[in-house]
Amino acid sequence: MNDERVIDERRQRAKAQWEALGRSPVPFIYIGAASCGLAAGAADTQKAVEEYLAQNKIDARIIPVGCIGPCYLEPLMDVQMPGRSRISYSNVAVKDVVPILAGFFEEGVIPKSHLAGHFGKGELDGIPRFFDLPMLKPQVRIVLRNCGLIDPDDLDHYLASGGYEGFEKCLSMTWKEVLDTVKQSGIRGRGGAGFPTWRKWTICRETEGKERNLICNADEGDPGAFMNRSLIEGDPHAVLEGMLIAAYTIGASHGYVYIRAEYPLAIKRLRKAMAQMREVGLLGQNILGSDFHFDIKIKEGAGAFVCGEETALIASIEGKRGMPRTRPPFPAVSGLRGEPTIINNVETLGTLPNILRNGAQWYASYGTETSKGTKTFSLVGKVRRTGLIEVPLGITLRKVIYDIGGGTQKPFKAVQSGGPSGGCLSEEFLDLPIDYEHLAEAGAIMGSGGLIVVDSDTCIVDMAKYFMTFTQRESCGKCVPCRVGTRHMVEILERVCDGKAELADLDKLEKLGRTVKNGSLCQLGATAPNPALSTLKYFRPEFIAHVKDRRCPAVSCKNLVIYRVVASKCTGCQRCVKVCPTGAITGPRSEPHNLDQSKCIKCRSCYEVCRFDAIAGDAIIIES
Amino acid sequence: MTSRDGISALRQEFKGEREDLIPVLQRVQEQDGYLRQDAIRSISRWMKISENEIFGVATFYAQFRFHPPGEHHVKICLGTACHVKGGEQILIMAQQRLNIKTGETTADGKYDLDRVACLGCCALAPVVAFDDKIHSQMSVLKIQGILERETMNDER
Repeated sequence: MNDERVIDERRQRAKAQWEALGRSPVPFIYIGAASCGLAAGAADTQKAVEEYLAQNKIDARIIPVGCIGPCYLEPLMDVQMPGRSRISYSNVAVKDVVPILAGFFEEGVIPKSHLAGHFGKGELDGIPRFFDLPMLKPQVRIVLRNCGLIDPDDLDHYLASGGYEGFEKCLSMTWKEVLDTVKQSGIRGRGGAGFPTWRKWTICRETEGKERNLICNADEGDPGAFMNRSLIEGDPHAVLEGMLIAAYTIGASHGYVYIRAEYPLAIKRLRKAMAQMREVGLLGQNILGSDFHFDIKIKEGAGAFVCGEETALIASIEGKRGMPRTRPPFPAVSGLRGEPTIINNVETLGTLPNILRNGAQWYASYGTETSKGTKTFSLVGKVRRTGLIEVPLGITLRKVIYDIGGGTQKPFKAVQSGGPSGGCLSEEFLDLPIDYEHLAEAGAIMGSGGLIVVDSDTCIVDMAKYFMTFTQRESCGKCVPCRVGTRHMVEILERVCDGKAELADLDKLEKLGRTVKNGSLCQLGATAPNPALSTLKYFRPEFIAHVKDRRCPAVSCKNLVIYRVVASKCTGCQRCVKVCPTGAITGPRSEPHNLDQSKCIKCRSCYEVCRFDAIAGDAIIIES
Repeated sequence: MTSRDGISALRQEFKGEREDLIPVLQRVQEQDGYLRQDAIRSISRWMKISENEIFGVATFYAQFRFHPPGEHHVKICLGTACHVKGGEQILIMAQQRLNIKTGETTADGKYDLDRVACLGCCALAPVVAFDDKIHSQMSVLKIQGILERETMNDER
């Protein structure tokens, strides 16, 4: 029997099993166990579930799943009783496990506390559908379609949801036909620059070479972005299937996944998924009985932001310092070991199976004229509902921040798009459609998809300093504008934050920023000044307050604020005395405390303890 | 396992080509906790790459350490989301409590402290990793509690 029939039969079986899940006599308990869920305590929650089931001798299956998106609801636990809808509970701490499970197993009711939504169709006892929650309703889940719903370690789950159908379709087409499909879908590289995927592929395919290489770029270095981690942790086979499709089209025989060592769970999932592929003949020689050969190796990154740049990434795989080189030649012509090489982002690859399975027209029906399809974003910072989202391109920032993210608690100040290479946009841009062109025009970039929302408590100068410090540290040092220029920009920003700058420094900063932008060799340097330039452009008054009034309007810059005890409010409860690490606060019990400014390191402990634990509540204030 | 044995084991697994250098360094660090001078010398002889060159590559990447790590690793995330939610202050507090700076190890060899660029748990910022466990939604008070708890566990 040839391999193609093996996979078809296995899929039929997997689909039948999946459907049988709905009729299963055994209840299922799903636990969101991606890195974010685990950070929120999902492992403890799972342990509590196991203990409950063991104690009560209940036969149920626990399925750890990936991230479904709304991280602010973690840990998430779903319960599916035989023949019933899967029901999701949010913020399930250890103490909440027993009451919820007891409701189902002992009282036969659907407990209402911690209830988030159900995954069935239509109305269910007044419980909303999970995907109708305000955070999820405006989303279109294409690449994330399986995340949080299937067991990422189970190939059958992926097969049952149409997995590897896109690739099988591929095998029945010529590479030109596949390329044409990808071209018609309009998908552009999701790593940041937005170069049309089909065009890059064409260049590679048309270049003569001994062998061609495909690299999946999972070196998600942008601080504040975790889309790629979530996708690999939640649905590793989608990315691997995408690699098969890309490799088939460009004629690559060697594949690499270049992934950050900081993502151990994602690496584990990939290794397991690759072993499963090998078992059913989806990797290696004569894949599914065809004459297509392809294998994948995992290369762990060693911690260098610049390795997200294509030529630096290649240098790193070759065992060298990860320093970019001049382009052209582009990697598509001369890349790894001098051979034609395609580097595609995780999300681009993860989207391909859907395009092949459902057709180019279907994909192109989402998005705008020039930016087709959907894009994932990590929506974080000061929004109420943080998490991983997927939206059609062209949606406005306002819709994302307010409808999906639920807005901010304190007044909205800015949104940073594109990480350290991106820009900070002010309130006036809230109605800007999110697509490659509009964001670039406004001085930001799409980037890989980090959206960091800040409110009036965040100092915009400090934010610019943060990003500049980051790129300065990560500059590889090869070219002078980036190596020296970013250092001077950081120094100026430090002076502004310390209240030691002059107005002329702001002009210097702008001029320097333009020089670094124009003079740098690679995109790290060419985009490094963006955060400083965009904040200077849209938030100049805040810079001026630091320079002229020596004041930080957000009361955040350490050297421009002081901590003070309001004597009339302080009850002398001594909580702050206990937490102060330097002994700066003194005072006898029941009398207003004394804060010695010379000892204060502005660590914020007293402020927090006073607000949350002390009797008075807000007797310690921070002023600028 | 001494690093010498470690390397002879690696010789079975890797061909010793230039592309193997970073994976080999990663494995050696996994075994020894850091890159010892003698380990680098052995790799140099095996792979026929100069020690200078190996140091050049290793120092380029943030992952590699050249000093013995502590028994426990405290990593403070300073990704963007953690930064805007007060990660810097948590770092100051950890430095204060452990009485070391980032990149250092406490005198008793128990703890080392590092800043990391992003742990990818941004929606639950600020986060801190204590060994392999990630603690979410930290505050300056919580980090003190965790450090106190962990040091007490250790003494027990």
